[in-house]
Amino acid sequence: MASPGASTLPVLDVAGLAKRFGHVRALRGVAFTLGAGESLAVFGPNGAGKTTLLRVLAGLLRPDAGTVRIGGALLARGEASHRGRVGLISHHSLLYDGLSAAENLAFYARLYGLAEPHAAAARALEGVGLAARAGDRAGTFSRGMVQRLAIARALLHDPDVMLLDEPFSGLDQRAAAALRALLGRLRAERRTMVLVTHNLDEGLELATHVAIQVAGRFASLAPRDGDLAAYRARYAEATAGDA
Amino acid sequence: MRSVLGQAWAIAAKDLLLEFRSRTAFLSALVFTALVLAIFNFARDPTAVSSVDLAPSVLWITFSFAGVLGLNRAFSVEKENRTIDGLLLSPASRTALYLGKALANLVFVGAVEAIALPLFALFFNVPLLDVLGPLVLVIALATVGFVAVGTLMSSMAVNTRFGEMMLLVLVLPFLITPVSTAAEMTAKLFAHRPFAEWAPWLKLLGAYDITFVVLCTLVFEFTLEE
Repeated sequence: MASPGASTLPVLDVAGLAKRFGHVRALRGVAFTLGAGESLAVFGPNGAGKTTLLRVLAGLLRPDAGTVRIGGALLARGEASHRGRVGLISHHSLLYDGLSAAENLAFYARLYGLAEPHAAAARALEGVGLAARAGDRAGTFSRGMVQRLAIARALLHDPDVMLLDEPFSGLDQRAAAALRALLGRLRAERRTMVLVTHNLDEGLELATHVAIQVAGRFASLAPRDGDLAAYRARYAEATAGDA
Repeated sequence: MRSVLGQAWAIAAKDLLLEFRSRTAFLSALVFTALVLAIFNFARDPTAVSSVDLAPSVLWITFSFAGVLGLNRAFSVEKENRTIDGLLLSPASRTALYLGKALANLVFVGAVEAIALPLFALFFNVPLLDVLGPLVLVIALATVGFVAVGTLMSSMAVNTRFGEMMLLVLVLPFLITPVSTAAEMTAKLFAHRPFAEWAPWLKLLGAYDITFVVLCTLVFEFTLEE
């Protein structure tokens, strides 16, 4: 299997990941490396194990086998220092509807041990264009605004690795375009990103590397070398036998 | 240690702010408390059993079930938008998470008890002011043990089907010691028995608190495993 990003110092180094839920093998020997500024888009049908992969990379799930290294350090579940190096954007916002945008971010800033939580929250809100709504409760936000606030939360502690789980899910075209612009900015900042989605139209333009995951394993993994049509054909071929 | 306490305080403050804004669990616990006290008061036959004899049991039944209503909200608030993942992703230690949740529960249950106590005195006409100091000590000690175990069980029950029912099933066996001990001491206080008679129960309650606060803090991390 190809190993993208091998020429650069790996920020994210994943080897032999395996995870079972009962008789279901959600991950089977997943391995890749990514350097600074590289981003991997993982496409796959529902149930392919994409979310499980991200939860393992985030340290939320313990793999049955395999290792995750961030900046060379082994990610062991429960180690606080490593958890601070990862930012996760999932289809859940991880935000409290009953708290304002600023309160949500200030709360997370305290958990991450940032020196000035309120100032950090204000900066993060400015960065995603929500400064004017800082005092409004997250529960009153539109789906697009919630996603921007979730990005602000994930970036609050300046993580080395960004993990994105179906980030475009439920967004209208305008909100999706705004999110794409934000993610483009993250890529320009040379953050390492892993994005998982079942939708090829999303995320391909952000990726430097592309994997197709089927039934827990990477059916293909390589630097991006084709257009959307080419990847549609590969995706159809890779998932043809998947029930 | 300072960072653990700081993180625990941030979690507790957040939980209390959310509850202060919604007041859902607090009002439910208060309505439940008033209902139980009223039902017991009007259902009893004052010629068959005196209010001072019945009062300790009623007080602790009320506190226990009203407290469980509060414990349910501790981790159910983290289910919405999967904010529990946000907590687990952060560098905050699991100890800070447990202590923060327990502290918020302690304030919540303490607030319910503070309002329930005058209601209880009103309904049962017990000489509360005469024994207020020692009674508050007994309530505080029993509540610490109750909350220590209840917070742990709440984290286990939240992801099960019928989580609220499951919490009761899980927590009640562990509450036999603090609740029965506290009821025993409350009865002796209302009967104006000397301190020497209820001091052993106080020691037992103190030992229970120390044991379960330490034990629950240590095992909490394992309840978060998926």
